[in-house]
Amino acid sequence: MEILQNALKALVAREAIYFALLAIGLNIQFGYAGLLNFGQVGFSLLGAYGIAITVTTWGGSYWLGLGVGLAAAVVLALLLGLPTLRLRADYLAIATIAAAEMLRLGFRTPSATEITGGTQGLQGFSGEFYELSPFPLDKKYHPFGILFTGQELWLLTVGWTLVALLVLAVWLWGRSPWGRVLKAIREDEDAARALGKNVYWYKMQALIVGGVIGALGGAVQATATRSVDPDTYLPIVTFYAYAALILGGTARPLGPVIGASLLFALLSVTDSVLRDLTTGDNPVISSDILDSQAIAATRFVLVGAGLIALMAFRPQGIFGSRTEVSIDAK
Amino acid sequence: MPSNDIRAVDAAREAKVAAARDLSDVSHEPGVVKPDAILVVDGVRRQFGGLVAVDVDHLEFPRGCITALIGPNGAGKTTLFNLLTGFDRPQDGDWEFRPTADTAKKMRNVPAYRVARAGMVRTFQLTKALSKMTVLDNMKLAATRQQGERIWPSLLPFLWRAQDQAIEARAMELLARFKLDTKAQEYAGTLSGGQRKLLEMARALMTEPTIVMLDEPMAGVNPALTQSLLEHVKALRSDGMSVIFVEHDMDVVRDISDWVVVMAQGGVIAEGPPDVVSANPHVIDAYLGARHDEALPEVELGAPLADDAEAVREEIAAEIHETEKEAGQ
Ligand SMILES: Nc1ncnc2c1ncn2[C@@H]1O[C@H](COP(=O)(O)OP(=O)(O)O)[C@@H](O)[C@H]1O
Ligand SMILES: [Mg+2]
Repeated sequence: MEILQNALKALVAREAIYFALLAIGLNIQFGYAGLLNFGQVGFSLLGAYGIAITVTTWGGSYWLGLGVGLAAAVVLALLLGLPTLRLRADYLAIATIAAAEMLRLGFRTPSATEITGGTQGLQGFSGEFYELSPFPLDKKYHPFGILFTGQELWLLTVGWTLVALLVLAVWLWGRSPWGRVLKAIREDEDAARALGKNVYWYKMQALIVGGVIGALGGAVQATATRSVDPDTYLPIVTFYAYAALILGGTARPLGPVIGASLLFALLSVTDSVLRDLTTGDNPVISSDILDSQAIAATRFVLVGAGLIALMAFRPQGIFGSRTEVSIDAK
Repeated sequence: MPSNDIRAVDAAREAKVAAARDLSDVSHEPGVVKPDAILVVDGVRRQFGGLVAVDVDHLEFPRGCITALIGPNGAGKTTLFNLLTGFDRPQDGDWEFRPTADTAKKMRNVPAYRVARAGMVRTFQLTKALSKMTVLDNMKLAATRQQGERIWPSLLPFLWRAQDQAIEARAMELLARFKLDTKAQEYAGTLSGGQRKLLEMARALMTEPTIVMLDEPMAGVNPALTQSLLEHVKALRSDGMSVIFVEHDMDVVRDISDWVVVMAQGGVIAEGPPDVVSANPHVIDAYLGARHDEALPEVELGAPLADDAEAVREEIAAEIHETEKEAGQ
């Protein structure tokens, strides 16, 4: 039962929201428009630090900070898109991954400590957000037998509402002429151009919208943890988001959300199972072979193997369309 | 509806006669001035490194006509299309699009999407069907000035639904004309090569163009479909559009074109009505010249000496067609 409860909690956990938001952004960019943004974590960093710096360093309000973070994401998208979107797809990929790392390293340098907190990061900036909570922050709640504090519940409510609204937006976009142009660009941008579509501008829009959603993800995550730490914005985060997207299925509104939830539930289940197997009086696997640290690593190996199996048997992901994938093979 | 068909055939014939009349006073020299040109090219030069791919002094395409652009492989036809439609930039030169007899737009440095919006639409030598979109979506995509193509209004379907439905109705009409209406909901990637060519042409028409530029519309299409494609091209002219198309098969060119422009090594070497051009010794040379370095079989080397020029031309055209196919174009 405990395994099940842990899994349920992981399905809705703040990490699931975080990666769902990053992956929704990537879905617009990669799933619909075919843009390879390998630096989504950089956008997330800006969303998080936008709030942290505005509140902690400059004494501004939380909401102003949120706006600053999102505006910074727009600027980053413009800076990355202007020079690269006219070029082949790989240039954007390289520029984004480099920019994200530069941001992380820039924010953690000692000379930036006064503003960004350096390697220590910044804490205590999300008070204004929690003041709005209708749930008493320390009260304990037990929906479905899972324990949440009022504070967690408030964050999850807001986070999942945000995710739901964005899924709705992506669903509307995907069925609209705007979404149709993005898909055409993904398929063959010269064809779109020959039919009078301003491909460059559409790509820019997709990059900006996806990046801003990534920044929202960063803002939610920072608000949840009440702290920012530069070394949580590693390139690997972007790749987890891609894993979530591909697991769920690209170019499907719900794909990234279900993918993110499942990814974290899977990580949680494998973690619980491995821990069960290695503890107790007579463990199935001796803890000499698999210690606590190794478990954390092993579950990623297992989930990775699962993803590989998924790609072999269901390359379109959970929601993707088999027909679309098989057209590729021709 | 046989009477409709007859009317269509009549209209096509009339249009051809009218076009021929317009051009009857025009002399048959490269770069000759036309009474009513829709596209005028001046001094356009495109070089790839040391290779001059296009070098056209002066060239006018007549309005309301089907103009065939012919020439051996590598003559620069596709490159000229790319330049004129904004997909490539020349080192030098200017060209002017005259949507009506008394308007002229300078088109150099106009980006491709604006060229299309201005009314010059093109297709590609290698068909660009958008495989993972349905046939109907391929068509609807091409309609211009769509409200729902803007990012924020697109979220509010009531703002664009009416327009979208009108576009869909027009798309279905065109698809029916091209006998693709039964495929409307299928992915374009599932169509045969010939059907993709049809789709690409139908899709281009959704932009409501003034000039339709077709790069080898018949290449790789099976003979059964070729005839129907030809009829569609003729129908464009009857509908008042000007057509420029690249083709290798002289039979096709003779059948449907009002005017023929011959390119070789980047330049225009001959112009005129199809029967005049196909008898032009420069043209025959150009085609043969392109084949000299390919070690021709003896029979063909002897061919130019034969008396029956007509037979030679046909043989050459057929040969070129063959090699094209082999090259996988
Ligand atoms: N992007 C390019 N880079 C280098 N050379 C090119 C390029 N495009 C075309 N060419 C060269 O220009 C010449 C004209 O090519 P093209 O316009 O495709 O001829 P056609 O369509 O008449 O067969 C050829 O010699 C071709 O190799
Ligand atoms: Mg060509």
